[in-house]
Amino acid sequence: MIRRFKLVFGALAILLPVMAASPAFAVNPDEMLSNPVLEERAREISKELRCLVCQNQSIDDSDAELARDLRVLVRERLIAGDDNEEVIDYIVARYGDYVLLNPPLKPETYILWASPVVLVLLAMLAVFAFYRRKKRDGSTASASLSKDEQARLDELLGTSKDNGKSE
Amino acid sequence: MRFSIAVIPLVLFAALAGVFLLNIDKDASVVPSVLIDKPAPEFSLPPLPGRDHGLSRADLTKGNVSVLNVFASWCIPCRAEHPLIKRLSREASVPVYGLNYKEKDPQDGVKWLDELGDPYAAVGMDISGRTGIDFGVYGVPETFIIDGNGQIRYKHVGPVTVEVLEKVLMPKIEELKG
Repeated sequence: MIRRFKLVFGALAILLPVMAASPAFAVNPDEMLSNPVLEERAREISKELRCLVCQNQSIDDSDAELARDLRVLVRERLIAGDDNEEVIDYIVARYGDYVLLNPPLKPETYILWASPVVLVLLAMLAVFAFYRRKKRDGSTASASLSKDEQARLDELLGTSKDNGKSE
Repeated sequence: MRFSIAVIPLVLFAALAGVFLLNIDKDASVVPSVLIDKPAPEFSLPPLPGRDHGLSRADLTKGNVSVLNVFASWCIPCRAEHPLIKRLSREASVPVYGLNYKEKDPQDGVKWLDELGDPYAAVGMDISGRTGIDFGVYGVPETFIIDGNGQIRYKHVGPVTVEVLEKVLMPKIEELKG
């Protein structure tokens, strides 16, 4: 019991600081724009852009130096009067489509976008084929138990019932 | 019918194995540059402290092939590749320019070159990192090969190794020199 308590306590001691630290923001106060509308747009755009140093974080989440530079750049473009799309195009012109966390729909990405639909269709086709075959083959398979099997089953069920009563 | 279905997993496996085989040598962390075969961006960078000449796009459009190496004193792989950049500068007979990327202190780049030797025809200091962004730099060191018209023709991400130097960069430079 004490050992279990120790284990739980140990786990908490490790997890609590981690949990407490999780809602940290990479965006520093000094980067933020005073105009709340522009800042909101900047946050929105930053969430769409991949940090190329860490690659699976958005620049909004990342503490990398380059992510910070890009966040500042996004805000500069917004102040210069770019709309959201222009800001994103500006970054894409330098880093390519890879910088977009949401890949655009274009000939190179057709396979990427189509693959989930194709897979679901294939799976449905497979299920359909499976049941059709099962239905067709079903008549030839023996559905009922043979006499011996039935006797064995009765015996087993009978025994288990007796056990149930005696307890 | 039964046979063809049994073959499907085998075919799928073979296809997957093929895809993996084709990609096994690829480094997934290397992002292909969109700037290949595009003109180098407009830029004008100040010189290192105590030097006369910085670096600008005009240096890259003089009609000869050139190399632009992005480096920083805080970048450990840059230190590792530095002897090879020196060798490139010696052997390739094209100007190798340096883009000193995001030093905390402008003196750091100078000290670094004083210590390790300076292979660069000219160095521009990119304190803000903005020129780096215009070049699509995301991890120093990076090395660009630029043709006589100022078009970016090749980019290597990460430290130059002997193999990269001999098998990729030098042949590419020779090819562009024509």
